[in-house]
Amino acid sequence: MSTIKNQEVPILREIEPLLPDDIANIKDRIVSSIYQQAEDISARVVKTENSYQASLEARLDGILTSRWLGFPIMLLLLTVVLWITITGANYPSQLLASGLFWIEGHLLHLFSTLGAPAWLTGILIQGMYRSLAWVVSVMLPPMAIFFPLFTLLEDLGYLPRVAFNMDNLFRRAGAHGKQCLTMCMGFGCNAAGVTSCRIIDSPRERLIAILTNTFSICNGRFPTLIALATIFMGTLIARAYSSILATLVVVAIIMTGILTTLLVSYFLSRTLLRGVPSFFVLELPPFRKPQLGQILIRSLLDRTLFVLWRAIVIAAPAGALTWILANSFVADTSVFALIAGWLDPLGQLMGMDGIILIAFLLGLPANEIILPILIMGYLSVGTMLELDSINALRLLLLDNGWTWITALCVMLFSLLHFPCGTTLYTIFKETHSARWTIVAALLPLALGILVTSMVNQGAQLIMR
Amino acid sequence: MLCLSHMKDQKGEYMIETASLPIQGQEHTGNFVVALAGNPNVGKSTVFNRLTGLNQHTGNWPGKTVIKAEGTFSHRNQRYTLVDLPGTYSLHASSSDEQVARDFICFSRPDITAVVCDATCLERNLNLVLQILEITDQVVLCVNLLDEAERKKIHVDTAMLAHQLGIPVVGTAARSGRGLSKLKDVLHDMVIGKIATTPRQVVYDQELETSINEIEKRLTPYLPNWINSRWVTLRALEGDFNILEYIACNRPGNCPQQILPEEVALCLQ
Repeated sequence: MSTIKNQEVPILREIEPLLPDDIANIKDRIVSSIYQQAEDISARVVKTENSYQASLEARLDGILTSRWLGFPIMLLLLTVVLWITITGANYPSQLLASGLFWIEGHLLHLFSTLGAPAWLTGILIQGMYRSLAWVVSVMLPPMAIFFPLFTLLEDLGYLPRVAFNMDNLFRRAGAHGKQCLTMCMGFGCNAAGVTSCRIIDSPRERLIAILTNTFSICNGRFPTLIALATIFMGTLIARAYSSILATLVVVAIIMTGILTTLLVSYFLSRTLLRGVPSFFVLELPPFRKPQLGQILIRSLLDRTLFVLWRAIVIAAPAGALTWILANSFVADTSVFALIAGWLDPLGQLMGMDGIILIAFLLGLPANEIILPILIMGYLSVGTMLELDSINALRLLLLDNGWTWITALCVMLFSLLHFPCGTTLYTIFKETHSARWTIVAALLPLALGILVTSMVNQGAQLIMR
Repeated sequence: MLCLSHMKDQKGEYMIETASLPIQGQEHTGNFVVALAGNPNVGKSTVFNRLTGLNQHTGNWPGKTVIKAEGTFSHRNQRYTLVDLPGTYSLHASSSDEQVARDFICFSRPDITAVVCDATCLERNLNLVLQILEITDQVVLCVNLLDEAERKKIHVDTAMLAHQLGIPVVGTAARSGRGLSKLKDVLHDMVIGKIATTPRQVVYDQELETSINEIEKRLTPYLPNWINSRWVTLRALEGDFNILEYIACNRPGNCPQQILPEEVALCLQ
C-alpha cells in the first residue's frame, strides 16, 4: 500500500491503520461505481432513435477495435500501404535514376571540357551531385506515395483506433497508453515523436516514451528499408511475388520495432524507471470524410518535400566529406579504407562490413543519407562502375559481398542504432539531461549490435 | 490568502498576476465567480466566448503550462467572472490539467461551477459531473451540442436529468447561442438563492461505504467546514493524501514544513 510520507501531520497518522491495503483495487471500485451510476442516469434520460449513420460508425468501430480483428486489420492496412508504395515506386525510381545520371554524364563532360581540376570534379560531381541524385531517385518516389497514403489513414480517423488497440499492450509493458500515439508520431519523424511525448504527464512514463521513440522507423529510414527490401529480398523468389515479399519484410521490420518498443518499455519500467502506469481516457473521434486535396498538399509539402530537403541539405556536405575521406591517402591507403578496415571486424561480426558502419556513423546528422554514403564508399574503394539504375545498385552491393543476410542485418541495424542528431538534440532539450540523452543513444546501439550479431550467427548456421 | 504574484516559474520569470483569482469566504461585492468545467471537445470554449464576448484575458495557471482563460459578463445587474478550466475527463489529478481543475473547484471555491457536457455522449460526460458533485453542491449542468444531438436523433430529457442529479440543467447549442440566456438566468437564480440544489451522491459498495464512514468520522473535526469531508475521505482511501496534508499544513499554528509543490498551493486563506 502507499505509505503516508508526512508523519508530521497527526491526522494522517491517526487514519493510517484504517486505510485498506489494496489501493489499486479501491481506485477501481470507486471509478466503477461512478461509471455505473453515470450509466444508470444516462439510460434514464437519453433516448436514441436508430440513425443509420450512428449505427454504421458504431459497427465500424466495433470491427476496427475488436479483440480479434483489430490487430489483423492493422497489419493488413500497413501491408497494403507498403505494398502500394513498393510496387508503385519501382518505375519512377528507375526513371529518376537514369535521368539524373544522364545529367551526371553531361556534367562530367562539361567539367572536363572546361579543364576543371580532378579534385573539384571529384568533390562536386562524384561527391555532392552523386549522393544528391541517389537521395532523390531512391527516396522521392516511395515518399511521394507513402506519405499521402499514411496521411489518408490519419485523416480518416484510423490512428486513434490504433492507439485504442495498442493501449492494453503498452499498459502491460508498464508504459502510458498515450505512448502509442507518440510512437505513431515517431513513424513520421523521431524528433517530432520525442517532442510529442509532452502529452504524457507522468515524468517516468514520458521518459520511457522518449527513450523508445527511436524504435519507430522514421521517414528517413523508410526509403532505405524499402530500397533494400526491393533489391535484395525481392530477388529471393519468383519475380511475380517479389514485391509482396519485399513488403512483408518491411512490415516485419516495423513489427520488430514495435515489439522492441514494448520490450524495452517493459524492461525500463521494471529497472531504471519503476512505477505504476497511470490511466487516461482516449476519445475515439468520429470517422471523417478525408479531404483529398488537403491530404495531397499536406503530405507532399509538409512531409515529402521537408524530408527531401533535409536529406539534400545534409547529403551534399556528407557526400563531399565522403569523397574527401576516400581520396585522401595515408601511405597508399585512403582514409576511408583505413577507417573501414578498423571497423570491419565489428561489422563482420554483425553481418555487415566496415563501410556499412561508416555509413551509419556519417549518417548521424540524418538517416536519409546512409544509403548514398554506402554507395559512395563502395564506389570509391572498389572499381568505378557506371551506376545508373537500381539494378546496377544491386550488382554493386553483390560485388561487395552482400547477401540477403547482409541486407537483413543492415535493415535491422537501421532500426536499432543511435537516433539521428536532430532527435538526440531534441531528447536533450526535452529531458534537460545529458545522461538520459546518452542512454537514448547507447541503449538502441547496444541492442542493435546484439541483435544483428545474433541474427548473423544464426543465419550463417542455417545456411551452412 | 496566499499571495502568488511573487512566485517565480521555472524560467525564473514572474508568473501571471493572480490577483483576479477569487478569494473565498469573502462577502460578495456583486462579483460572482463561475468556474466552467467539462470534458474536452464539448464546446466549452464556445460557451465561454459566447458569455464573455471580448471581456476576457488569458494567461497560465500559476506554475503550470496549462492555459487559463478568464472573462467577465454582467446579467441582471450582477457581475460574473467566468473561469474556463482545462477540459478533463475526470478529476483524478493524474495530469496537470486535472489537477488545475480539481484544485480550483476545491480550494478556490467558485460560487458556482458550471459543467458543460456533450449531449451526444452524455454517459461519458456524467462521470465528471458526478465527481464534481462530490466536491461542491453549487453546480449547474449545461447540456451542450443539442443541435448535433438532434441531427443524430439523440434525445436528452433535461428535466429528468435535473431530477436525477438534483441540480439545475440547461440545454444549449452554444454555437448558435441557443439556451445561453436561460443559463445566465439560472446562474442568477442560484447566486441569489432562489434555486437550491440537492446534489446526487455517488453510492459505493457496502464495504467501501463502511470504511468511508469510519474514516470520515475521524477526519471531520480536522477539516475546515467548507470542504466536503466525504470527498477528502475518498481521496485518502485512494492513497491521495495531498489534500489532507495541505489542509493540515494550512491550519493556523500548524505548519511543519512546506510539503506540497508550490504549484499545488493555489490560494487558500
